[in-house]
Amino acid sequence: MLKFLSKYPPLKQLKMSFGVQRFMLILGLSIVSFFILVAIFADFIAPYGFAQLQYENGEYFGSQIAPGGSHIWGTTVGGFDVFSRVVYGTRTAIAVIVVAVILSILVGVLLGLLSGYFAGWLDRILVLVADAVYAFPSLLLAISLSIVISGGRSGFWSGILAAGLSITVIFIPQYYRAMRAETLRIKQEAFVESAQVLGASSFRILFRHIFRNATRTLPIIFTLNASEAILTLAGLGFLGFGIDPTMGAEWGYDLNRSVADVSAGIWWTSIFPGSAIVLVVLGITLVGESLNDLADPRLRKRQVAEIE
Amino acid sequence: MSNLLEIKDLRVSFATDSGSNKAVDGISLELAAGEVLAVVGESGSGKSVTSKTILRMLPETAKTEGLVVIDSNQVSSFSRAKLRKARGELASMIFQEPSTALNPVFPIGWQMVQAIRSHKIAGKRPTKKEARELSIDMLRRVGIPDAQKRFGYFPHQFSGGQKQRILIAAALALKPKLIIADEPTTALDVTVQAEILDLLRSFQKELGVSILLITHNMGVVADLADRVAVMFQGKVVEQGSVDEIFYSPREDYTKKLLAAVPKIMPAEPKDTPRPDSAVVVSAQKLNIVYPGRLNTPSFHAIKDLDLEIRAGEVIGLVGESGSGKTTIGRTIAGLNRATSGSLQVLGQEMVGFKEADFKPLRKRIGFVFQDPASSFNPLLSIGECIAEPMAIHLEQSASDNQKRVLELLDAVRLPKEFADRFPHELSGGQRQRASLARALALQPELVIADEPTSALDVSVQATVLELFSDLQKEFNFAAVFITHDLAVVNQVADRIAVLKEGVLVEEGSVSRVMHDAKHPYTQRLLASHPHPDPKLQAEHRESLRALIAKEAQ
Amino acid sequence: MAKTATAGSSLLRYLGLRFLLIFPTIWILVTMVFVVMRLVGDPITAAQGGKLSAEQLQELITAAGYDRPILVQYFEYLAAIASGDFGTTLTNNQPVVELLATYGVATLELAFYSLIVAFIVGFPMGMLAARRRDTATDAGLRLFAILAYATPVFFVGLLLKLVFAVAIPILPVAGRVGVRSEIALSKLEDATGFYLIDAIKLGNNEVILDVLQHAVLPSVALGLLTAGVFLRLVRTNMISTLNADYIDAARSRGIPEVQLVTKNAFRPALIPIITVVGMQIALLLGGAVLTETTFEWKGLGFQLAEYLSARDYVAVQGIVALLAVIVALTNFLVDIIVALVDPRVKF
Repeated sequence: MLKFLSKYPPLKQLKMSFGVQRFMLILGLSIVSFFILVAIFADFIAPYGFAQLQYENGEYFGSQIAPGGSHIWGTTVGGFDVFSRVVYGTRTAIAVIVVAVILSILVGVLLGLLSGYFAGWLDRILVLVADAVYAFPSLLLAISLSIVISGGRSGFWSGILAAGLSITVIFIPQYYRAMRAETLRIKQEAFVESAQVLGASSFRILFRHIFRNATRTLPIIFTLNASEAILTLAGLGFLGFGIDPTMGAEWGYDLNRSVADVSAGIWWTSIFPGSAIVLVVLGITLVGESLNDLADPRLRKRQVAEIE
Repeated sequence: MSNLLEIKDLRVSFATDSGSNKAVDGISLELAAGEVLAVVGESGSGKSVTSKTILRMLPETAKTEGLVVIDSNQVSSFSRAKLRKARGELASMIFQEPSTALNPVFPIGWQMVQAIRSHKIAGKRPTKKEARELSIDMLRRVGIPDAQKRFGYFPHQFSGGQKQRILIAAALALKPKLIIADEPTTALDVTVQAEILDLLRSFQKELGVSILLITHNMGVVADLADRVAVMFQGKVVEQGSVDEIFYSPREDYTKKLLAAVPKIMPAEPKDTPRPDSAVVVSAQKLNIVYPGRLNTPSFHAIKDLDLEIRAGEVIGLVGESGSGKTTIGRTIAGLNRATSGSLQVLGQEMVGFKEADFKPLRKRIGFVFQDPASSFNPLLSIGECIAEPMAIHLEQSASDNQKRVLELLDAVRLPKEFADRFPHELSGGQRQRASLARALALQPELVIADEPTSALDVSVQATVLELFSDLQKEFNFAAVFITHDLAVVNQVADRIAVLKEGVLVEEGSVSRVMHDAKHPYTQRLLASHPHPDPKLQAEHRESLRALIAKEAQ
Repeated sequence: MAKTATAGSSLLRYLGLRFLLIFPTIWILVTMVFVVMRLVGDPITAAQGGKLSAEQLQELITAAGYDRPILVQYFEYLAAIASGDFGTTLTNNQPVVELLATYGVATLELAFYSLIVAFIVGFPMGMLAARRRDTATDAGLRLFAILAYATPVFFVGLLLKLVFAVAIPILPVAGRVGVRSEIALSKLEDATGFYLIDAIKLGNNEVILDVLQHAVLPSVALGLLTAGVFLRLVRTNMISTLNADYIDAARSRGIPEVQLVTKNAFRPALIPIITVVGMQIALLLGGAVLTETTFEWKGLGFQLAEYLSARDYVAVQGIVALLAVIVALTNFLVDIIVALVDPRVKF
């Protein structure tokens, strides 16, 4: 099983890596795995629910309680348990990533493949649109979409969909560009021309010869996409367009609520969710950067040889 | 006379994905002042790595041991600062690709001045004005016309040959005693190659510069070298004077290498009659124009071409870069569009053809591509790749396909087990054989081979060419063999068509064109082709000189 | 084959073509904004829904023309934008273009400071990381870059506030300027709105200092984010140009290593860098919205957030469309710069 998996990213790259690059890749993978585990086992890790305000006995937690005792990271101004909300926040983050990535890969890859292969006027129009959308501030688009989808105040899934969709719109151009560039490159290769000389159908050329050879850059964009997704979700939450606190835990919203706390010297309501964002994005970006380095022979580090 | 360059017991290893790789394994070389030493060898012989160790230009992943002494300076143990001074002053380098060796965003003059002002001349740093004057003087000496003005031009405003001249000027500006030239003419057309070799020779004769010449081309060796070192797998297998190596080689490897070089032997010109067979391809007043985009002008690749290819004959399309030879091949195969005139392929008119009409004919055409590295889908096995034509055109079972794949592998002299291997597991020569197998899978009447051997080492090239000729005789297909190498055409083709900038300048039987060329361009092309024989090449060089002198009148 | 076409004419052609491309780009962007914003229904229901009775609502909608066919509204919207009219806010009845004039300068000032921070931090560090690639220095710098990117700008803001408002209160954490300075500035005739310029015009050192002090934290927050992006960008492009043949060739002529990095490799790397830096304008604007909100920097982004919470979607649509146009224009400027830096102008 491991041997089979080791042919695919990121394990394939792990085998090739060395030194600093290996360290960065391992660090990134560890952080990401840690958060995935936390998301899966959130119910067991978190002592309270993300929207819970009271103990079993009906007594309220109280607001802005300093860390310690039954609230190891304290409580928020709204009276939620900070630790539980940070833990449940991983679920939200990962759900957004999954939605955003699946949607944008599906659309972007297909468009890139077709546009790169058939060229012509469709290609030119798509390039223009992709460039225009790419230049659009993603947060502004996300805000607009979240207004559209949920009127600005969201439940768990509508909030995730709003963040996910807006990121999708921003990222389709990136997948599209990468896939188109790869398709254009591979189209020039002799084995594709060979298939053309033979009279293979476009469908056969696209899917038998180009598609699988063109997917090598996807893991890299995937990681970029994922970290951007989390940052956009947090930005939305911070501006008050995220997920309603009773519907799901979301770090950006919690930070928004902690703005006033900060001036009063209450640090625990912002430091923990903020650090969670930083760590997840850091982990994913480390993986992406390492994959990028290892995919590019010019950026790849090799061990210094020994003379036998 | 003491040696200008001494290399003693040099060893270099590189780290690769599959462990440490010994590139150079204990070699020793000597180069006397004013001499040209050619280091020849095929890819992987370590010749290029050797040349880079002299000025310690290897990347940090390489580990080097051994002694390098230039003009009594032990460069191999120099400090960083001394090493920097030595580069350009003691020795300098000329590279293979003139188009990438010049920085695209700086004027060439700036690049030369920067180099000159990084050193001291007669104990002091030259002023900007002095450096500029020296640069312009050097540009003039390497034959850049209007050097004063073109000093401020950017690299993209020069041709490939001019760029190499500029790089030579930059390398010689500080009057180093040693020039290390790593395949200095490999990227250039053969007529330009002759000019650059002449230029290097003149500097060697007039300034007494010593040259360490790294090359794979025996013709270049014969033209320029005084002494030769033959390298194979990181070791020097034989060293000697150029006459010793060419006329009485001792080692088997040297003999094999020399035998593999395709030659144009002097012979009686005779016009062999054409076979009286059916016409397979016929072009009349054919024009091919690449349409311009909004910002690029259109490019007229082929102008009024008349050409005929008959069943069973091999026609060699010869020309330098930009001659349109590849365009013709691709248009015949339906990869490019013809613009006007007429091009009949297997009876189908290709000017304005519809893919649906041409598709049934495609199975009667085979194509062999130039680059063995990219001619197979890396994710499919060799067997699957060879079976592609059958999967597309024949409705037969997979096991029938498989049977045919094995037959074909046998025909191109590859073992059956190769069917299950993947392209990256094959060498370049093996891949070109497999490529031939794929082209022949449906027993085509016409095969188009676009520089099929130009990426291969000479010894591998020889076997692939031989295989091609044998298969052609066996299956009797008509073939268009596209190449820049006259000697290769000489070996495989019946007829030859010489192209220059999209115009067919001469056509005829190979023996007639090779030995009694009518068109001045063909004559020039032939005279520029270096013969792998020092004495013959010396005569040959004189005839080129005479030809150029005549043209100048 | 030396190129025969003169460089000048092909450059002009390229720029002309690039200029023409602005129009479809802007059209695509404003259309996108329109489609997205109007999918909700009409802005009046979105803003006033629940507060007014159905009849009152309907009256307002009819008065504003939101009950007409959507295509008619779309073409009116396009025509308005073509004439420079990005709509009028619902809440305080201000033309959006005027908002740009009033608050745009503040955002420009913030962007200006941040870009300075980003250039000063990002470029040298990126060059250093490329030169010392795969060493501890490189790893440290890359980690810094990733952290700068991974930390949301509002979280940096919160951290800075924690430090400077609570722990060591030496720098102001909110606003563009103190009250006393603001009064001093308001007395200036022909004020630009760019407080630093105005303060210098005023010639009052105290005011200049006050303006600069207020700028430190927001510029650092937004600047570091951008610096991280620049650092990675410079590093990657420098590594690839440092590997180029022409660097080897220059090294073989004895050019000092420092020059190779700062001149020979840097200039060619600059071309892709400028292109991407241009694209970062969008990121910077997104970041500006969050930074301005965090530090109460009264710029366009701050206003946008205000209109958002007031559910004034006409204002939001106008501001977003306006920003999109600004991004498209900036990208055009960047293309001109690239064309001027790159001697090969061949597109």
